[in-house]
Amino acid sequence: MLHIDGVEAGYGTGKVLLGVNLEAPSGQVTAVIGRNGVGKTTTLKAILGILPLAAGKVSLDNMDLSHKQVHEIVRSGIGYVPEGRQIFPTLTVLENLRVGQRRPPRIWTEDRLLELFPNLRERASNLGRALSGGEQQMLAIARALVTDVKVLMLDEPTQGLAPKVVDQIGDVIRRLKAEGVAVLLVEQNLNLTENVADRVLVMSKGKIVETVGIESFRSNGEEIRHRWLTI
Amino acid sequence: MGSSQVWLNLTLNTLALASLLAMLTIGLTLIFGIMRIMNFAHGALYMLGAYSGIAAAQLLGNFWIGLLAAPLAAAAFGSIFEYTLLRRLYRRDGGSFLLVTFGLSLVLTEAIRLIFGPNTRDVDLPSVLSGVVWFGDEPYPAYRIFLIALGIVVLASLAFVFLRTRLGLLIRAIAQNAEMTHALGIDVQLIRSLTFAVGCAFAGLGGYLAVPLITGYIGMGGAAIIDAFVIVMIGGMGSFFGSAAGSLLVALTQTFGNYYLPDFALVATYLLMICVLLCRPGGLFGEQE
Repeated sequence: MLHIDGVEAGYGTGKVLLGVNLEAPSGQVTAVIGRNGVGKTTTLKAILGILPLAAGKVSLDNMDLSHKQVHEIVRSGIGYVPEGRQIFPTLTVLENLRVGQRRPPRIWTEDRLLELFPNLRERASNLGRALSGGEQQMLAIARALVTDVKVLMLDEPTQGLAPKVVDQIGDVIRRLKAEGVAVLLVEQNLNLTENVADRVLVMSKGKIVETVGIESFRSNGEEIRHRWLTI
Repeated sequence: MGSSQVWLNLTLNTLALASLLAMLTIGLTLIFGIMRIMNFAHGALYMLGAYSGIAAAQLLGNFWIGLLAAPLAAAAFGSIFEYTLLRRLYRRDGGSFLLVTFGLSLVLTEAIRLIFGPNTRDVDLPSVLSGVVWFGDEPYPAYRIFLIALGIVVLASLAFVFLRTRLGLLIRAIAQNAEMTHALGIDVQLIRSLTFAVGCAFAGLGGYLAVPLITGYIGMGGAAIIDAFVIVMIGGMGSFFGSAAGSLLVALTQTFGNYYLPDFALVATYLLMICVLLCRPGGLFGEQE
């Protein structure tokens, strides 16, 4: 289980996160929603060590990850799919996958990933920049999984994608959940959130201000939207 | 000498010069590609390699020892420089790198002058390299043939590393998106340090290999680095294959230009660069902005 306790972080001297507490249990999807600029992406970057912690603690299965370097945190089992996908444009699909591959692959072997994402098998030798937006998103998820993740952090994975591709991503997230992966999902698409999440954390002004079970979120969705998401 | 022999001579001279230029510029472009910094100290490291190699060769009376010592000395010095100074600047803008590397080039040049003195220095070639190779009735210096062969071996080895090994894959990934590569569990700092050391080693090797042709002198780095920057611009910033192609083009222009249009040769290289940049602003193999 990923455990975040009182995390404060930001850019330069300005703090964006003002004491974030959250948990992402194995085999569950924990969604984080909130208006733009409240600190959702910053939270993911702070967990991964891209932004240094000013205060607080990040731990995975009781192992303290605070103040470790990014590559050490990733190797301990946290995978990251960034906003905008950030595929390596002039590496092939297979090369994109192999950048983060553990040696030897333990859980997510290349064959297993290509079975999960059959489109990528067909385009294995194509350059990353030649893929469609949906294929790039699949590749970004596969590329994070290949690091043998226990926790997968997804930042706006459906942004700019067609509804059919959003459904495919939903299927993949459910499959990962069934495999016991803890998924931490930052998402503006509330339909996807309703369909895959187990819990929804609402973020505002650098803090988690509300934790809602998925049934409650489904029944009180409008009120939550009105209170926390509309401008 | 018949015209065909002149052409053969000029072609071989071009390849030998291209090998030397490639050693220098590949180091520069490797460092730029992975670290996004233009290393103004690269010329000084080229000179450091030349003088260290000469010192080792003279001390032990063996040219080949110098061939090992030159890249090792440049790599060791470059690694210390990267570890103690450059690493602190990675989160800053490119101007900081420019100032620090330019400052280092001045300090290193003066340090070499103080240690080795202001006089030119040379190295004795072993008998196998000091003779000639006969092409029909025409002799050609064996050392230049050695340079061509070494250049081909080095370029082929580097191409293999880039395209066929995991280290090459990681270097290409970091050159495209260092933060994302780090977020995939790769120790980017380690690869950067390693690449910087290798880039410096190539500068040092190039400097030592140039000594039998131009002799070692204080300021040799400054002259070489200008050619290197031109080649990097022609080939495309950070492109390994661009550096190889740029080295060949500049060597071709300089060698044939010096023979056929000696008064025009100096500007020919720059005209070549302007023509390439007008047609392809990112260089031959570089990304278009």
